[in-house]
Amino acid sequence: MATLNRPQVTSETPVATRAVKTPKQGHMQRYHNKWGLIFISPWILGLLLWLLIPTLATLGFSFTNYSAVTPELTQFVGLKNYIRLPTDPKVVTSLWVTIRYALVSIPITLGFGLLLALLGNSEHLMGKNVFRTMFYMPMMIPAVAGAVIWKGVLNTQTGWFNLGLEAVGVPGPDWINSPTWITPALVFIGLWGVGNLMLTLMAGMQGVPTELYEAAELDGANGWQKFRNVTLPMISPVLFYNFTLMLIGTFKYFDMAYVLKDGTGGPADQTLFYVLNWYKNSFEYNLMGYGSALAWLLFLIVLVLTIVNFRAQSSWVYYAGEGEG
Amino acid sequence: MAVKQHYLPQRQRNILNKVLVTGIGLFLLLVFLTPLGYMAVSGIKSTDQINDPDASPFWPQSPKTVDYEAETLQVFEVPTDDGVKELAAVKKTRTMTTFIDPANPAAGQIEWEGNWRQLTPVYQPNPQWENFKTAWNELNFPRLFRNTLIIAVTGTFGAVASSILVAYGFSRFDFRGKKVLFMILIGTIILPAQATLIPTYIVFARLGWINTFLPLIVPHFFANAYNVFLLRQYFLQIPREIDQAAMIDGAGPFRILTSIIIPQSVPAITAVSLFHFFFAWNDFFTPLIYLVSKPELWPLSVGLQRFNATYGRMPNLIQTGALITLVLPVIIFFMAQRVFMQGIVFSGVEK
Repeated sequence: MATLNRPQVTSETPVATRAVKTPKQGHMQRYHNKWGLIFISPWILGLLLWLLIPTLATLGFSFTNYSAVTPELTQFVGLKNYIRLPTDPKVVTSLWVTIRYALVSIPITLGFGLLLALLGNSEHLMGKNVFRTMFYMPMMIPAVAGAVIWKGVLNTQTGWFNLGLEAVGVPGPDWINSPTWITPALVFIGLWGVGNLMLTLMAGMQGVPTELYEAAELDGANGWQKFRNVTLPMISPVLFYNFTLMLIGTFKYFDMAYVLKDGTGGPADQTLFYVLNWYKNSFEYNLMGYGSALAWLLFLIVLVLTIVNFRAQSSWVYYAGEGEG
Repeated sequence: MAVKQHYLPQRQRNILNKVLVTGIGLFLLLVFLTPLGYMAVSGIKSTDQINDPDASPFWPQSPKTVDYEAETLQVFEVPTDDGVKELAAVKKTRTMTTFIDPANPAAGQIEWEGNWRQLTPVYQPNPQWENFKTAWNELNFPRLFRNTLIIAVTGTFGAVASSILVAYGFSRFDFRGKKVLFMILIGTIILPAQATLIPTYIVFARLGWINTFLPLIVPHFFANAYNVFLLRQYFLQIPREIDQAAMIDGAGPFRILTSIIIPQSVPAITAVSLFHFFFAWNDFFTPLIYLVSKPELWPLSVGLQRFNATYGRMPNLIQTGALITLVLPVIIFFMAQRVFMQGIVFSGVEK
């Protein structure tokens, strides 16, 4: 194997040596190295300026008591911020609020997305394009506008949601102000963002080879069995991709919670999502050292979730061409 | 009966299926988009109309009145010997009400015994179109639009131009360390903005960039993973033979980019531009952090949120404001939806 590798070219390597071995290859390699790096240099610079250095600086700040109000009093406090995290009731609440939302919202949204994708791909549906476009459209609505619209719709006195419930004889709760009902309300609101999921699932379903369905039909499979044993395994990579995105998205959830309750996190801290709690600590209480520790915990959570997801996918995600050889 | 259904001709069964599936789709769509209907009609109501329990919750309605002898009289549904009539109340007391018939005022006054409060007022449609003008001025939409456009347009330009360069580098040059760098690029997608924000904020504060547009624009000039990924996928589909031919004709790397790659990739570039434009238009988090104490620079998102937080007593104008805020992105989306949805599927499914 090693002999097949291209000779290690470093800046110290004498040019003559390379030229003797592979004159043309060496020249081409230099051309590619030079122009490749020139073209990607904006990203390299950005990676350093906006991602790597700030992330490490956040780690540094997390060991201090930095406050934007009194930066001159900044002191190194060791692990104090991190030790405080598990004992801070707001942190515990915010983690619970966030995880609970993910647990409820993701399965419901995935189910709704599957339903829409099946409908949208049905040969019997008329106006397919209109269907897709209209179900995608709410994703284009600015989050703040969406939030104020839903705040109106879920209003107890004049909102249409409770009027509809009353029409079928169910007294509607106070969605926005009740600690019990705010989470279901957020789940409903979240369904408005089903567009990406629906489109990618539809495309995934269209990619399933028709022979598989024909073979299943020959075996006497009914509609449900075809869905369960052909469609679902074949689109599992798309489901997985969306699942990962939604899970990470929940840990970045902010706009809707902030606008619906004016950033208070109420009622009874039930909209105190993780990022909202981070925002309040860092920018309202100006505890940026502590906020940095919160940010790093968030980073680690997202990292672990992503790794676990990619590990877990091998057990249930089916990729075509895998396991046949 | 169940057996009989099997003998339905194929054509009729098809029609039945079509009606059924399309019906379900339409019903779901109707429910799904109901909040937009609420926004549209609440936006043309007055606060009285919204709070009036007798008025229709759907269409903006006001109690019907008629002018009679320089007075404005409210119209009620009054049960009379000739059936229910719409009459205007001239004099209202608890036991006796005097009416006139607006259709025939010359006929004189009609007396009705009973409490007028038990009568049903007559309502008439009365949309408040001037809400648009009021909201436009109250929220200072010209300023919000100007700020949003400045942020979105310059940011889009920077994001697209830099991402084209980087995607070109990744798709056409086999430089050393490319695989590792590309994996790092994709890896940056999971990095939460919060992990970098505090030090960035502190540096921007030192530079005097807080309460300016710069923190919302400058970082976008350094490419980002989503755009680069999508553009690179597209660039890879352009046959390399075309650039090799151009190279033999003496074209340099920049020349190949501008004369071959970019003209061939208009759909992908359009999609990326639209994505970024919408992102910037809708972004609430970043301007909240950097511009919150400077109302003159607020974009639409922050302007609408602040109005919502401050003017809870004007739910109608909040809805009008929401409508004005969302109308442009939605129109652009409808016009460009083909490019747009292809871009989503392209980046989502092709992995």
